[in-house]
Amino acid sequence: MLTKTKIREPFGDRVLLVTIYVLLGALTLTVLYPLLYILSSSLSSPNAVVSGQIWLYPVEFSLKAYKSIFQSSQLMRGYYNSIVYTVIGTFINVAFTVLMAFPLSQRAMAGRKYIMILMMITMFFSGGLIPTYLLVKNLHLLDTRWALWLPSAFSVFQVIIARTFFMSSIPMELQEASQIDGCRDTRYLWSIVLPLSKPILAVMTLMYAVGHWNAYFDALIYLRSEALFPLQYVLRNMLILNAADPEMLANTAQKLRDQGFEQVLKYALIVVACIPVLIMYPFVQKHFVKGVMIGSLKG
Amino acid sequence: MQQTWTRVRRSWELYLLVLLPVLYLLIFQYIPMFGVIIAFKDFNIIKGILGSPWVGFKHFTDLFQSPNFPLLIKNTLLISLYSLLAGFPIPILLALALNEIRTGFFKRSVQMITYAPHFISTVVMVSIIILMLSPHVGVVDRLFSFLGWSDTNFMGEPKLFKSIYVWSGVWQEMGYASIIYIAALSGVDPSLYEAARMDGASRLKKILYIDLPSLLPIAVTMLILSLGSVMGVGFEKIYLMQNSLNVSTSEVISTYVYKVGLLGANFSFSSAVGLFNSIINLVLLVSVNAIARRVSENSLW
Repeated sequence: MLTKTKIREPFGDRVLLVTIYVLLGALTLTVLYPLLYILSSSLSSPNAVVSGQIWLYPVEFSLKAYKSIFQSSQLMRGYYNSIVYTVIGTFINVAFTVLMAFPLSQRAMAGRKYIMILMMITMFFSGGLIPTYLLVKNLHLLDTRWALWLPSAFSVFQVIIARTFFMSSIPMELQEASQIDGCRDTRYLWSIVLPLSKPILAVMTLMYAVGHWNAYFDALIYLRSEALFPLQYVLRNMLILNAADPEMLANTAQKLRDQGFEQVLKYALIVVACIPVLIMYPFVQKHFVKGVMIGSLKG
Repeated sequence: MQQTWTRVRRSWELYLLVLLPVLYLLIFQYIPMFGVIIAFKDFNIIKGILGSPWVGFKHFTDLFQSPNFPLLIKNTLLISLYSLLAGFPIPILLALALNEIRTGFFKRSVQMITYAPHFISTVVMVSIIILMLSPHVGVVDRLFSFLGWSDTNFMGEPKLFKSIYVWSGVWQEMGYASIIYIAALSGVDPSLYEAARMDGASRLKKILYIDLPSLLPIAVTMLILSLGSVMGVGFEKIYLMQNSLNVSTSEVISTYVYKVGLLGANFSFSSAVGLFNSIINLVLLVSVNAIARRVSENSLW
């Protein structure tokens, strides 16, 4: 009879391992707890929130806050605007990143070193807030959607990651073979490099999309018209400046309002703002770990 | 020369592809760089950048003599050094700890949960902080009163601002920041571990003598990068966390630039502050890089 023999770990090692498990567990709980607390509060009655009954799970379950969020036209417009900014902005970002990274990855291109330097300088030195603002103003982009798309068309960091990927993960032989078959650079990029780069494109799309979805600063300095405000800007007014939309409170009795309906509303707003990112997150989480690895290891 | 020209002609499509991004760089990055000359001028909106009169270093001397100046520098430095001190080692420790655990449900959950807060927007993050810390109704304050400590208005307490800023940042970013170290650890040659095991090394020794040294190059790079931006403390979060009660410890250079420059329409003075800030960053980056190269043979360039 075969018996599996296994060398038992020494006592000290097992103690260390148990300590690590305990510490990691505690750390994970400290990250998780506030998130659960917010979710539970958003699903509770104003009464329970204000009287401090919530510690972990919802008390006096209620969806009222969510209902009134969907009645707020201000918020829904913000949602719509954010989707527009994110979709088009991310498309511009990814296109520019590939257009920059692909030529820089081609050894055949003379002078790519100078373009690389031109790009790297911007990582360490920039004109700063005021000169950039004046440029946007002079180009008449103030208070247009373009102000949120153009001044940040790509990130140098992403270009470097993409370039490294093109250089290290796509075999040279493919290029030689396609060149012999009469394939020009653009065709090579489109038909061979891009289909092979799906993981890195997915990571890049996620990074840029999250950036657009979460951005509020550009809106703060460049936008004036309420109709253009993205979700984060609307949220900032409601959550931090405490300017709740009257429409959200319209169907709420004064008494309920006093009991802290606005408080519950805030928790619900936080949840609603995070939903799109959270839905995307599990699908791409695996990818972005890989993406960071590509960028960090072979740089 | 002839040879280069043939090469350029052969890859003309590549130049066509790169044209748009390079134009973007020139317009949206390099024009503002030259725009910083307004820091040496008295900018007048009608005359434009080129037409405005030169005033030399007037705005810089104004800045240095301003009573706000020492406070701004102090807050900026303290906040970013505090962030660095707390935020730099924790992701490394997290990566080392995760590296000890075999892949499985626990490891995957820890990673998934600790990465998640990175994707929360600054606005939402600050709202969470304010809600959790608000007097009477916030969960933290309730916990404090439960333990018998008196009510605290956390956000209105100037002394607490830096700690709230820094530790909420650690909460949000530690998981995500650890990815780069996890990646580095996964690249360590397994034969090193086998050899160590043969020699009877304990887990702790393996961490100290194999894992930590393998992380050193990447850690130095990250340290240089973060020291290079010591003066560039994030505007967004601080601006949102600021209120009239904590402003004495929360006003930093970037929030000051925004308030004086855009809200106060004092473009030239504000650019001078911004330029002063970038120069210090550049000097820091270059000198830290030089030190790192001499001490550890790791450097950015």
